[in-house]
Amino acid sequence: MARLLAVTIIVIAIVSAIPVIMHTWEAPADISTHGQMIDDQMADTMIEAGISFLAAQILLALFIWKSPTNKPGPEGKFKVFPGGAKGLIIASIVLVGVEVLALGAFGSKVWARVYFTPPAADAMPIQVQAGQFAFYFRYPGKDGKFGPIHPEMISEATQNLFGLDPEHDVESRDDVVAAELAIPVNKEIHLLMHAKDVSHSFYVPALRIHQDFVPGLDLSVHFTAAKIGKYEIVCSQLCGLGHYNMRAYLEVMSPEDFDDWQKKQAAAQ
Amino acid sequence: MATTIPPPEPEALLLPKRPQMSGAGNSGGHDFVPADGSLRVVDQYSPAPSSSAIWVGIAAICMSFAALTSALIVRQGASSDWRHLTLPPVLFFSTFVILVSSGTLEVARRHVAAFMTGRAAHVESPRRWLYITLGLGLLFVASQYMAWVQLRSQGLYLATNPNSSFFYLFTAIHALHVLGGLAGLLRVIIKLSHSTLRRSTLDATAYYWHFMGVLWVYLFVLLWMRI
Amino acid sequence: MHDKPIVSTAPAVVHGPPTTFISKHVFSLDHKVIGKQYYALALAAVLTGMVLSWLMRIHLGWNDLAIPGLQAFSPNGAPSGVMTPELYLRIMTMHATFMVFFVLTTAPFAAFGNFFLPIQVGAEDMPFPHFNMMSFWTTFVAFCVLVSAFFTSDGPPLSGWTAYAPLSAIGKDAGPGQGTGQVLWAAAIGIFCIGQLLGALNFISTVLDMRCKGMTLKRLPVTAWAWFITSCMGLTAFAVLMPATILLILDHVAGTSFFIASGLVINDQLVPHSGGSTLLWQHLFWFFGHPEVYIAIVPGMGIITHVLITNMRRPMVSMKAILYSMWALAFLSYMVYGHHMFVSGMNPFSSLVFSFPTLMITIPSTVLVLIWIGSLYGSRIRINAASLFALGFISMFVTGGVSGFFLAQPSIDIMLHATYFVVGHFHMVMGVAAIFGIFSGTYFWFPKMTGRMMNDTLGKAHFWLTFIGTYCTFMPFHYLGWAANVRRYSAFTDDYLKPLIPLHQFITVAALFTGAVQLIFLYNLVHSLLRGPAAPANPWEGTSLEWIMPSPPPWNNFGGKDPVVYHDADQYGVKTASGADYIMQNSPESSPTGC
Repeated sequence: MARLLAVTIIVIAIVSAIPVIMHTWEAPADISTHGQMIDDQMADTMIEAGISFLAAQILLALFIWKSPTNKPGPEGKFKVFPGGAKGLIIASIVLVGVEVLALGAFGSKVWARVYFTPPAADAMPIQVQAGQFAFYFRYPGKDGKFGPIHPEMISEATQNLFGLDPEHDVESRDDVVAAELAIPVNKEIHLLMHAKDVSHSFYVPALRIHQDFVPGLDLSVHFTAAKIGKYEIVCSQLCGLGHYNMRAYLEVMSPEDFDDWQKKQAAAQ
Repeated sequence: MATTIPPPEPEALLLPKRPQMSGAGNSGGHDFVPADGSLRVVDQYSPAPSSSAIWVGIAAICMSFAALTSALIVRQGASSDWRHLTLPPVLFFSTFVILVSSGTLEVARRHVAAFMTGRAAHVESPRRWLYITLGLGLLFVASQYMAWVQLRSQGLYLATNPNSSFFYLFTAIHALHVLGGLAGLLRVIIKLSHSTLRRSTLDATAYYWHFMGVLWVYLFVLLWMRI
Repeated sequence: MHDKPIVSTAPAVVHGPPTTFISKHVFSLDHKVIGKQYYALALAAVLTGMVLSWLMRIHLGWNDLAIPGLQAFSPNGAPSGVMTPELYLRIMTMHATFMVFFVLTTAPFAAFGNFFLPIQVGAEDMPFPHFNMMSFWTTFVAFCVLVSAFFTSDGPPLSGWTAYAPLSAIGKDAGPGQGTGQVLWAAAIGIFCIGQLLGALNFISTVLDMRCKGMTLKRLPVTAWAWFITSCMGLTAFAVLMPATILLILDHVAGTSFFIASGLVINDQLVPHSGGSTLLWQHLFWFFGHPEVYIAIVPGMGIITHVLITNMRRPMVSMKAILYSMWALAFLSYMVYGHHMFVSGMNPFSSLVFSFPTLMITIPSTVLVLIWIGSLYGSRIRINAASLFALGFISMFVTGGVSGFFLAQPSIDIMLHATYFVVGHFHMVMGVAAIFGIFSGTYFWFPKMTGRMMNDTLGKAHFWLTFIGTYCTFMPFHYLGWAANVRRYSAFTDDYLKPLIPLHQFITVAALFTGAVQLIFLYNLVHSLLRGPAAPANPWEGTSLEWIMPSPPPWNNFGGKDPVVYHDADQYGVKTASGADYIMQNSPESSPTGC
């Protein structure tokens, strides 16, 4: 039965690896300018993890396979793994520990690129508000400024989604609120995040962007989309019963189409 | 496959147990404190689980208060609605009372220790100092209640602002633990009256009580500086 | 003058023999009965949790299916039998809460630990049997409070076992079950913490103060060390979760604002709390949460090491390495908790800081795996149900651990956070490996606990089908995660997720199959309990002290006497006068080759 177990472990390890090698199930194609670094890091990790996984399972299976035929040696003692414990510990540190820390070091660069680089001075500011169970987006309009949010004025009933008070706040008058995130291609966007009620998260797999909304904290992300198309923005932080259905669309457009879109939206406010 | 032989007879490998003592418990049977204060010499000592276990319990309580302290610090930084309140002056009295009670407890313990090791021939009224400690402990809890009354009269309730929330929270949780300590003291007094009190129980209860004092001083300073 | 004090070898009788039915079987001071009570509680919890998981999986694979009996179970949650999104989330919350708290913390630690730790150190019982009894009954009360959430009009909460604020703190406006249900959940968890703290206290004191003559710390069996390390973690971790649950309850019932920020609007109404910190809950919870998962796995590591040594008839290549690695895991577990919060909005620099100990924790984990595998080299392992599950544990732990390489890096977490990859990772290590540890312990120790042998053929069948079934169930989770499938969704309505539904259906079939297979185990358990053949004192030829007395041991473990220990528990593969290949810990015989 030991042999059967050894074979089963090998078969499971290989069968598990096949979909990974064949890229059967993968993230949506990357449309961002920073995503390549993330994908590369993912690929490096995949290789290292894959090798560690296969090596460990094969070694385990091999020793189990040999187990039934092992006999105690001349002194009545079984053979000891060459190198003993010291060898195994050194192997752990060198083969796995060092490599994993190296991954971490390289990964830090990727992380810094996303989180420690400030947005460009001419990045387009757009605000996104997450609430149970939809995303709404606000554009600052011609004055480039966002009017203040008055939480007590937020009302789905009157569709005052951001709690704006155009009567008293000058900056609010030209703010444009939309249900989708339309952006021009190849333009850096500075997305300001606001949570209306509970925790949500802004996850755009195609854009390689992922950031939680935190009620009470002003957070932001910035990115540039390099490919025109329509992509999904999904909520990934459990926010209530509608969590599964909470999504919006990212529409990356040519600059001309984006101007048209903006004009249409402004007219419809 | 090694041949299997029955293992040696268990009886042969076990020491006979020491004679059973009346009264359940651990840490040896020879260190009971007599209730009448007569001469007692301890000639057997064994590791007492309760006096080391109490430190384990104290460690857990420290972790809980550490968690609450970090909650306080984070909450203070989270928003600008922190409204410093003046600590009710009765808290100075609380501090004095609990520190004195630690002193009286130590007096009680030293008396017991002295005649347990033969250094004193007799201890008068071993219970007296324990009762005094118990009384001071009750006084402490009463003074905490006074502090809450004083806060309430200023219109500061549990949810009025974060400062008041933490004030009530910290003092209430500490007071609950103090009540536990009082129950322990009562148990010690009762056992002493029946001569079933072990030295280790007294020690463990004493460490816990002193810890309540130390914890109170920490909380007092924390509340003073932050709230 | 008086004599010098004599250090006596062991404490006096801890408690007398039980006399009544109640003191024997219900409110028992005997650690063995308490251990069995915990096991029964864990069994009830795992069956409940498993059924809940089937409901979840069926719904995910076939979203519009009317599940028979579901409407009776929850008329509001499943009108005409089709599960609503809120019912899905409630089931998910309760599934996780039952499993993590009442199975994974209870069975390997409280159940087996309570039964075997005092025996393995040579004690008659734990030093504080009343606290021990209270610890079980407190845990039982916590279980009842949790179950009661099902029976309130509000119903159980839907915020997940992680109960992130403000969803969990605002109250019933945040969602169904978020009122009374959430408060009951928090109260149950708080009560559970108290029970576990009392247990941890006993475990630590047992190891420090109740060891018999000759049982130095170095001679403790590996399981005793594992329980000791786990207790140290439990003491600190549960002591932090409990105040957190108090703060959560206060936000609900007392109008405080520990976790609820200002200016929040739900249902067009301003939430009447302000100033709280959303992230505070996450910090407090995960400071507990990460040690908690090591609390779930470390006893299992101890158990399978113990089982492997006994069945390989040789010690590990280095027991020191195993013990130091377990200590390292425990120590590091407090420094890594922020890896659950990489994109949570905390300072991104903190994310890097947390990722380094997370990456470093691979080192002790790898040492453990390599020592286990390295010890198999050259060994002749006896194959039985217990050793099969121990070997399976190694395979599962490797798989689960390797997915940690991904999740430890914040840059990769950008893609994998809150996806099925995370769910696959923790199910592999907790939902499979830790459970394999429990199964291994069960098959190994059932004879000693009950005096009867389990059926080994059924045990092997159970192993095979479960091993293959769990791989089929949980390996695909990783593929889903790489494809960016977000977790905690009750349905997959996004365009990019729809092509993944067939894989979900495959998982559901595998899960239901694996669940059905557990009937073999249940049948074996019950049948052996009632009709199993009588078990000898030492069926596996083990060396540690649990094997020296008959099965099951008498009420005072060693018949009123104290064992004396001469060796560590690793005396296997030694030459003895009688021809046996092992020396028991309490045997004065020493082998020419051994210690």
